[in-house]
Amino acid sequence: MNASFTITIDNQSVEATPGESLLEVCRKANIPLPVMCDFKGLSPVGACRLCLVEIEGVPKLLPACTTLVAPNQAVHTQSDKLRKYRRMIIELIFSERNHICAICVANNNCELQKMAYELGMDHVRFPYLTPVCEVDASHEKYVMDHNRCILCTRCVRVCSEIEGAMTRDVMGRGFDARIITEFKQPWGDSTGCTSCGKCVQVCPTGALTPNDAAQGRLKKNPELVALLIEKREAKP
Amino acid sequence: MKKKIGTVWLGGCSGCHMSLLDIDERILDVAALADIVKSPVVDSKEFPDVDVAIVEGAIITDQHLTEVRHIRAHSKILIALGNCAVTANVPAYRNRVTKEEALKCAYVDASSNDSAGQMPDSPELGKLLDRVRPLHEAVKVDYYIPGCPPSADLIFYVLSELLNGRTPNLDKEKLKYG
Repeated sequence: MNASFTITIDNQSVEATPGESLLEVCRKANIPLPVMCDFKGLSPVGACRLCLVEIEGVPKLLPACTTLVAPNQAVHTQSDKLRKYRRMIIELIFSERNHICAICVANNNCELQKMAYELGMDHVRFPYLTPVCEVDASHEKYVMDHNRCILCTRCVRVCSEIEGAMTRDVMGRGFDARIITEFKQPWGDSTGCTSCGKCVQVCPTGALTPNDAAQGRLKKNPELVALLIEKREAKP
Repeated sequence: MKKKIGTVWLGGCSGCHMSLLDIDERILDVAALADIVKSPVVDSKEFPDVDVAIVEGAIITDQHLTEVRHIRAHSKILIALGNCAVTANVPAYRNRVTKEEALKCAYVDASSNDSAGQMPDSPELGKLLDRVRPLHEAVKVDYYIPGCPPSADLIFYVLSELLNGRTPNLDKEKLKYG
């Protein structure tokens, strides 16, 4: 067991253990940080960039989820600069795909929508890219709507790390990046998918949904997956 | 001196104006402080000089673009009302195809046309722009009220703040997109 040490977050002393991420330490200390891609129990990837923090002596902003604690670190989670960047990031996420809340099954049940409210987004200053996105409704129980996907990759990680099926991945780069099933085949044709639905439950938006959800009627239960992960990690 | 309000709908469904009417008897509080000098429910021609312009809908046609520029030049405060004005919303779904494809899809290819559909070409009609855009991509917008539609309470809150010389604050409790 490594000895713990103290770091400073927002001028308050917080205990940290080597190997922990800044996000984990913030959570333990009840210091709120905005996150979209992070899901407790899945490996961190730093995809959404919302949990950016300032660390004294480091010239660039770093995501708290993938930055490990170090002795004598002095971290700031709230500043005008961070608020400016977080607002920009959430607007860029909205501008990149077709997030039309009014006709989305996840309306009022969407982590992305909640986060945008939280960050005070009253409009998007960047031009909407309105990409052409597919809707894969080939699966007997679920739908993948790429219009609503934010590429957080929670579905990719839960499929490989928790279910162990590894049917999901990311293909393409930047604007063209898409979540794929197997070797980019229709979800319904996948022989590896166990139809467990964990990807649907952890998806923070209306990108992965049960196919019987009507507009604004979606109910997800990501806590169930979080509980499952916790139970699996518990030593008997 | 009473303030002047003008409202207009461009590329929208008029749902935001329905929500505006849903402020019910509170319209009397608005009327005590301001005259509604131009609106789809007020008969007048050109958009006049106003203190507050409330604009619903996205910019879809060349007529919308001309009109929103005219409104901006004749208003002290311009409010983008509702998701179509703020984000371009559902009308922007046609941005993934060309305007020709969009027109053909609606007027010629739609199965309800019984293959007898024709493109409308009356000179009275606005010409589709290449892209549907939110208001702030064309003119300066002072306040954004997202929502599809925004609630009557929110519309009344913003109006009463502005008419009483205060700045409306759309914090996270008031924001709603759907």
